[in-house]
Amino acid sequence: MNWTSFDTWIVVVGALCAVACALPGCFLVLRKMSMMGDAISHAVLPGLAIAFLITGTRASVPMFIGAATAGVLTALFTQWISKLGNVDRGAAMGIVFTTLFAVGLILIRQAADHVDLDPGCVLYGAIELTPLDEVHFGGFAIPRAALVNGVVLIANLIIVLSLFKELKLSAFDPDLANTLGFSSQFLHYLLMTMVAITTVAAFESVGSIIVIAMLIVPPATALLLTRSLPAMLWIASGTAAASALIGHVSAIVVPGWFGFDATTTSGMIAFAAGLLFFLAWMFSPSEGLIVNQIRQKRTQMQEPVMEESNG
Amino acid sequence: MPPWSDILEVLTLQTYNTRLVVLSTSLLGIAAGLVGAFLLLRKRSLMGDALSHATLPGVAIAFAVMVSLGGTGKSLPGLLLGATISGVAGIVTMLLIRNTTRLRDDVAMGFVLSVFFGIGVASLQMVQNIPGASAAGLESFIYGKTASMVHSDFILIAVVAGVASLVSLALTKEFLLLCFDDGFAASQGWPTLMLDMALLGLVTAVTVIGLQAVGLILVIAFLITPPTAARFWTNNLVPMLFLSAGIGGISGWLGASISALTPQLPAGAVIVLVAAALFLISMLFAPARGVIPRLVRQGRLRRKVDRQHLLRAAYEILESMASDDETRNIPLPMDALQGMRTWTPHQLGKILRVARREDHLEPAVPGMIRLSEPGFGEAARVTRNHRLWESYLINYADIAPSHVDRDADMVEHILGADLVSELEADLDSRDIVLPVPPSPHPIQTEPRAEA
Repeated sequence: MNWTSFDTWIVVVGALCAVACALPGCFLVLRKMSMMGDAISHAVLPGLAIAFLITGTRASVPMFIGAATAGVLTALFTQWISKLGNVDRGAAMGIVFTTLFAVGLILIRQAADHVDLDPGCVLYGAIELTPLDEVHFGGFAIPRAALVNGVVLIANLIIVLSLFKELKLSAFDPDLANTLGFSSQFLHYLLMTMVAITTVAAFESVGSIIVIAMLIVPPATALLLTRSLPAMLWIASGTAAASALIGHVSAIVVPGWFGFDATTTSGMIAFAAGLLFFLAWMFSPSEGLIVNQIRQKRTQMQEPVMEESNG
Repeated sequence: MPPWSDILEVLTLQTYNTRLVVLSTSLLGIAAGLVGAFLLLRKRSLMGDALSHATLPGVAIAFAVMVSLGGTGKSLPGLLLGATISGVAGIVTMLLIRNTTRLRDDVAMGFVLSVFFGIGVASLQMVQNIPGASAAGLESFIYGKTASMVHSDFILIAVVAGVASLVSLALTKEFLLLCFDDGFAASQGWPTLMLDMALLGLVTAVTVIGLQAVGLILVIAFLITPPTAARFWTNNLVPMLFLSAGIGGISGWLGASISALTPQLPAGAVIVLVAAALFLISMLFAPARGVIPRLVRQGRLRRKVDRQHLLRAAYEILESMASDDETRNIPLPMDALQGMRTWTPHQLGKILRVARREDHLEPAVPGMIRLSEPGFGEAARVTRNHRLWESYLINYADIAPSHVDRDADMVEHILGADLVSELEADLDSRDIVLPVPPSPHPIQTEPRAEA
């Protein structure tokens, strides 16, 4: 393997993005809204397309605004349909995001003659190319993607830290949060905005698969390992960053086993996160499948002894 | 805008190529509508989402295997077989996570969706570099490639959609039981796990043939949107099933036709938009559960309740104003009316305007109101119903006279004629006077003093 500073940057960008996703992801998972990440990441497509059609450039700021608006609209429409029409939440979400995605596809197709806004690029991203696009920041040349995802990570971190108590309360008991005067409605939309913005930041650089996977898988892994929210946030962030490293390394190494060239890092990062989840699932000290099996065996062996001491 | 003759030609399936595409998407829509209906009732709509993403690694791996066996790797049945296998693997993972951890359905679905899709994208990328084999076009499974359908694709879609539809119709009773009360189904000896697997198997079949036609993201809409739209029209399952199949079929037919007429519009997206439009119409206008008819019904009931409250209040004031036993219809002061209920002056004004329009009131001097002849009759009837119900509560439900007013207040508006006559018969034998019995509790008609 030929590791260069290029690869280091890819891992750094991936890790920044992964951790930025894992933070709001923890709250999504706790609020039983994991699929919202998937929905939003598909539904931002028309926002991107409209922003592009209006401004005619791929500049970051209009794209951000367009996509964040689309993301919040997804949450709003889902809420309306499920409340007004008395529709199952999952179904409402499915209708909203597929419709928005279809609108996005059509808009992109309309603009296809004079754009290279490729839906494929949006899905897979091009994390391998991120180190090529550099900006100068404080005398250093760093990839623009690292800067964008870093800023989003810091923003998410600030929101989570400053609203920790409120987010925690409304995740576990929204009714209590409301009666105490913290609008869980407001926090809901704040969370949705965070997810939308994080998604968009990742879109441009690393593709939406990483976002969907990092919103759900590291928090789920953490949930198997701990029952405390701060620990969950820490473990999720750690798992997310580790997935980025393992993912990139395996994107280079694994295809070689089958005689292929290197593959997409985005896909492999998702795969690496899945692998870490699998480990936690099997070996979590508190509830891992295999750990539980061993514990059961041991208890069964101890049982006669217990009876004697009781008798 | 294409000329009418072209539009008609496409809608009536005149050209061979359009016929294939339009028929395939319609059949797909019908099958997805049927299967999706059960999925919706089982509250697992997003299962289709996870499942369709989970098929991608199968497509890539099937391609690699077929190439290594010496084929071109482009054989559709082979690719779809791979998709089916990895879809089933996705379902099994999902069920395992749900049953062996304390993570919930949504996390299990999200996990399978993202990890399988990630593996799919990574392996697609790998097989694209296989020397000597062109994997171009595999990505069309993500967005669909409706327009380039050939005869054998059509046969495959038609057969699978037909079988899936027939199986779901044959198992309607079992699925119905599973959706509405799986615990009961299990206790009656139904193999619920097998039924669940059968349902998910049908979903897999529909998703896999949908991949080719509309792509793996938009096939989700086929499974979710038609049944949700159909749900607004009826509360019965069997009509809902057929409606859902119909809406799915129409979406496929119209969507593919529109796309055939305007080639720059991708068929999958247009189909989804047609389905979404049908959903929106259903959600807003469907008489059974639609939003607007429901608001109209609620408004009508609210106006009825307001009217009855107004009339009863007026009648009770008239009673207190009568010097002898007989209540007469004379003008009564507005202030007294205001004191009877917690109406704001604005609300009372609105209620009075409605009552005037409905001829329950006659013109009177300012500050006073006067019931019309039919209004007075209606007021006596409403008051009588209220008192009958109160007496019933006191005699049979052992509720204290001081407490019955509130209970009766809520129920009186929905007393039917037959219930009233039953009450009359019941209470008549207990010597309760008709036509309007006296109130069983004191009524305060003066404006309440400020506390």
